[in-house]
Amino acid sequence: MYHYDAIDKEFVADRAAEFRAQVARRLAGEINEDQFKPIRLMNGLYLQLHAYMLRIAIPYGTLTSAKLHKLAYIARTYDKDYGHFTTRTNLQLHWIKLKDAPEILDHLAEVEMHSMQTSGNVIRNVTADPYAGATADELDDPRVWSEAIRQWSTLHPEFSFLPRKFKIAVTAAVKDRAATRIYDIGLALRRGRDGELGFEVMVGGGLGRTPYLAPTIREFLPTRHLLSYLEAILRVYNRHGRRDNVWKARIKVLVASLGAEEFARQVEEEWGKLKPSVADLPDHELARIRAGFTPEFEALPAVSERLEARKAADPAFARFLRRNVHAHKAAGYAIVDISLKEPGETPGDITSGQMDIVAELGKRYSRDEIRVNYQQNLLLPHVRLDDLPEVYDALAAVRLATPNIDLISDIIACPGLDYCALANARAIPIAQQIAERFADPALAEDVGEFRIKISGCINACGHHHVGNIGILGVDKKGEEFYQLTLGGSGDNDATLGQMLGPALPAARVADAVEQLVLVYRRERADDERFLDTYRRVGLAPFKEAVYADAH
Amino acid sequence: MPTLIKLHQGKATLANDPFTTVADDEPLPQGDVIISLTRFQQEGDRLASEGRAVGVRIEADEEVEVLAYDLPRLAVVALAFPKFRDGRHYSNARMLRERYGFTGEVRAVGDVLREQAMLMYRCGVDAFEPSDGSSPEQWQAATQRYSHVYQRAADARRPAFDERGEA
Repeated sequence: MYHYDAIDKEFVADRAAEFRAQVARRLAGEINEDQFKPIRLMNGLYLQLHAYMLRIAIPYGTLTSAKLHKLAYIARTYDKDYGHFTTRTNLQLHWIKLKDAPEILDHLAEVEMHSMQTSGNVIRNVTADPYAGATADELDDPRVWSEAIRQWSTLHPEFSFLPRKFKIAVTAAVKDRAATRIYDIGLALRRGRDGELGFEVMVGGGLGRTPYLAPTIREFLPTRHLLSYLEAILRVYNRHGRRDNVWKARIKVLVASLGAEEFARQVEEEWGKLKPSVADLPDHELARIRAGFTPEFEALPAVSERLEARKAADPAFARFLRRNVHAHKAAGYAIVDISLKEPGETPGDITSGQMDIVAELGKRYSRDEIRVNYQQNLLLPHVRLDDLPEVYDALAAVRLATPNIDLISDIIACPGLDYCALANARAIPIAQQIAERFADPALAEDVGEFRIKISGCINACGHHHVGNIGILGVDKKGEEFYQLTLGGSGDNDATLGQMLGPALPAARVADAVEQLVLVYRRERADDERFLDTYRRVGLAPFKEAVYADAH
Repeated sequence: MPTLIKLHQGKATLANDPFTTVADDEPLPQGDVIISLTRFQQEGDRLASEGRAVGVRIEADEEVEVLAYDLPRLAVVALAFPKFRDGRHYSNARMLRERYGFTGEVRAVGDVLREQAMLMYRCGVDAFEPSDGSSPEQWQAATQRYSHVYQRAADARRPAFDERGEA
């Protein structure tokens, strides 16, 4: 895990001091809300339906025990004792008082954290593969490059007033766990023919009102040129992205209107004119960052007798192992996914008490690392197989051992109309209703891999376009309705979902999902996932089931 | 007359502005002038031959490439910010300095706020007409708020990766 040096520490301290002075000017009435708005947004402070919301950056989803304890403390002291993890792996606190905000930033700075660039038309918090450094299928630790991007993008003098917000996701593994095709830039590490490492560069993905999957504009970019190439992409966007219409200002619209080929040509031309030495990091700096990401693992036997004994005796533990525990690159270790999706609870929410427990477990059993993924779950990346029974028991004691990772009750949902000023409809109660229908773990497991994603408005924070079932809240004459899409995927086989039919009233949504599941279980062949069955049989039988009554 | 603040080697001072900014439909006064790109393209040669100093005002949707061959004879390039949120001129400023090696004055005019001072300065802007009533002291403080920066840009500041050096 990378730790701040003196320079990084002074930087966030300067930032906190600057914001403290700005809040003082606002509270004293020296500047009005209009003038203050861009300032607070640069520090992740939004004004929502009921209160200020602070969005705290968790770069590439990586936390230490000290950081997570601090987040628990902040939620307990300044909020209502809980926080909400988002699909950008940030933590949101929804009940913040303006006067407390500077103090919170000071607390965050103490543990090498901040809320910079979690809002505004800037390069936002960078996300990465949550299994980084733990999975066998990666070519390198993507966090080395993510940290380089974090620093480069922090208060970038040229790119702090872009046409619109800008999101970058990084993976270095074969399996795409970072949804790289749905972001403004997706970077996927590849090995070239001569053995050199380079990035496949995808640009212009995004969901929202007009969803696009990012086309590849360069198959192979040598890693050492990453930052100069990003600078070229951002410069083309900063100069030519639309600024006349907020709905057309994302880079996806520029890429789509020029065509990927022409956009790539412009980037290459700009890149050719840039001096690589201006932006690209020198080797000594890359080596310094890399040194922060070189975990060493003990030599352990590949099988743990303690674990096997418990597994044989305890079916609930065995189910947890099947659903939530994943292979680690080092023998004798495992990756433990922690579901924040207990049926009936709010997806992504976690109490301060739970945060403290996970922080403790991370310290004791996971080499002081905890991760956040875009599915709004947490994970412990480096747990010894021998320790799994203790970790499971400790998680179960605080209701964090729900065995539903990637199952139908592991639902992504944005905060929706319960909190958000932009929302048309609530997302949380819909997620709760669906999850409760599949609360029986045996049923959920039989249904199998099933990604449901819910957004409360067209901005698509809940990624509904890439849900196996996507659910979009819409407003129909003051009533909440929900538009269903089927067949979306955010993985390697990224696909946008297809519209099922007319929007449904809130009371019909969970029924409709049950009907869709019935059709799937009737139609599925062998061990097909829902997505496979859907791709084979098409939309018609699903549509027929949900809208049968309407005929 | 708007206030003109110049930043030289990190120090901000109030400057007398020898230039008159002239709209396209106004007659040209005597002396040094800042004119639009259109007017410069029509009358620039004549004005230069008269021995006056000439500046060109670039709008946010205009690109500095068009000035590439004229830069050696320009005293000022004024970048007009229609709204502080419009960031296109940050790219224009860096290109003027880093690509074209322009050594004259790069001036920020329009919606120019203290909150943007450091970013503009880092991109190569060295003269400012603040629209928020900032004093030179306030302006200078705003450019010095951060002890460190993470990128190399058009200013002389050493980025963090150079400060760290080959440890």
